[in-house]
Amino acid sequence: MNASHAIAADAAAAHSSLRSYLLEARYECLRLLRTPSFALPSLLFPPLFYLLFGVLLNKSSGDAARYLLATYGVFGVMGAGLFAFGVTVALEREQGFLIYKRALPMPPGAYLFAKMAMAMVFAMLISLLLSILAATVGGVDLRVSQWLLLWVVNVVGVLPFAALGLYIGTLVGGQGAPAIVNILYLPMAFLSGLWLPLKLLPAWIAQLAPVWPSFHHSQIALKVIGMDAGGSLALHLGVLIGVTALFFVLARRRLAAG
Amino acid sequence: MMIASVQTLAQLRGIHRRYGSTIALDGIDLSLQRGEVLALLGANGAGKSTAIGLLLGLLAPDRGEATLFGQAPGALVARRRSGVMLQSAGIPDNLRVAELLDLTRSYYPAPRSVADCVALAGLDGLLDRNYRRLSGGQQRRVQFALAICGNPEVLFLDEPTTGLDIDARQRMWATIRELVAAGTGVLLTTHYLEEAEALADRVVVLNRGRVAAAGTMQDVRALVSQRRIRCLSALDVARIAGWPGVRSATRGHDGCGHDGSLARIEILTDAAEAVARRLLAEDPALGELEIQRAGLAEAFLELTRDPADAGTATDQKEAA
Repeated sequence: MNASHAIAADAAAAHSSLRSYLLEARYECLRLLRTPSFALPSLLFPPLFYLLFGVLLNKSSGDAARYLLATYGVFGVMGAGLFAFGVTVALEREQGFLIYKRALPMPPGAYLFAKMAMAMVFAMLISLLLSILAATVGGVDLRVSQWLLLWVVNVVGVLPFAALGLYIGTLVGGQGAPAIVNILYLPMAFLSGLWLPLKLLPAWIAQLAPVWPSFHHSQIALKVIGMDAGGSLALHLGVLIGVTALFFVLARRRLAAG
Repeated sequence: MMIASVQTLAQLRGIHRRYGSTIALDGIDLSLQRGEVLALLGANGAGKSTAIGLLLGLLAPDRGEATLFGQAPGALVARRRSGVMLQSAGIPDNLRVAELLDLTRSYYPAPRSVADCVALAGLDGLLDRNYRRLSGGQQRRVQFALAICGNPEVLFLDEPTTGLDIDARQRMWATIRELVAAGTGVLLTTHYLEEAEALADRVVVLNRGRVAAAGTMQDVRALVSQRRIRCLSALDVARIAGWPGVRSATRGHDGCGHDGSLARIEILTDAAEAVARRLLAEDPALGELEIQRAGLAEAFLELTRDPADAGTATDQKEAA
């Protein structure tokens, strides 16, 4: 009895978590791809907006098509991060799924890892769709390195919004989360110059813009195509890393408190 | 001592736990051994789910000690040897049953085969179905499959058969008996007294955060001396209710006998012999005399009745 007891304990200790991390991420993606109310707006709105404002209504120049490629990318991944984390975490907390997961031997960190992976997969898809549109009907011509860099900026850039969404998800319920996320998402996108360049907007909006994480993200994306406002890359990166760390820490504290 | 520590799967010792000003558990001890079913009985708010939450490491005690496999509950190694079915799992609804099983099995070092899970939990034909499209009873069976899929040594089942039809319930009972025979320890909470009766080797009755009674089902019943007398008699129930040892006397709705003077009378008493003797002495025409030990339901109500609470048995039954 004692021997089998020890064997069971050893087996439990030695079990590898790697497969659980991968499956958790895979099923998190599947779940959301099967949720049309999330997947359709997240994946289709940024390309549709781009098609409308960057291509069809854009009579002026190739500049607008390039500018909007960068900023709609930011707009898209910002939505994916905020909604994917904010709404799902709020719902899962409310419905008791988080407690159930804590009772199961899910490896620590797999829950957040899976959500992060899912948000990055959505960011990849959004960025890819936008790039295809820009390169074909948008007539945007970039070097291979620029295309790739823009893609990386978008995929990694989902993280500060994921962190912010996560924190919202720990604060409000499943009913309130979409409302709160939208209240942040749409004004923040506009005020950061994602829809219209800041120089076309009133001066106070441009002065206020550095408050928003999406502004810093968009400046990095614009830097890749040489259309940023000339701010320091280190500052933009620093703000985004700070925002990510701050909200992850705040959210973890809320989650740990139950 | 060595043997005890190996046989004991889960233990609560001197546990106190409060939520704000509400005392959920007020110094309880319990332990679960390998190969037994321990049933936690009690009304809502008696502390059953708190006890399970402590053993799963979801809650921390204010005082006292909770252990699972001799370790602090909540440790990953301990959780890998446990299976759990909570009252509401909140499982995301857009995954298929096979996917949920696949994911949950990956958490465990030596999971059961999918075929075994299907057979044990009765999931035939459900693997490719979306969890959302299942009936409440089917979802409960999936949750049971997820609880046992890791081949756990200890199984926590919080009201497992709520929402199941009789067939499904008996099938789950049979599976639980099978697992227990193979050495699994099962901690079960239930509102269904027949479930505790059908499965439990031992029961612990909780009342307002304290252990009101513990032991085998027989022990718990014997704690309640109350018995029920039924008879057909012309005696006045109001008078019987005043006799020593009588807790209550009620008259059936329909009179019977050739002239309608006889009535079905039901008496709850602590002194069945004395009351029966007096009944026979006072009414020579008394018939159909029957004396029964209180059923578990009554034993349970008796044990959980708060001395300070003047609530009726009906209220208690609803609360239970």
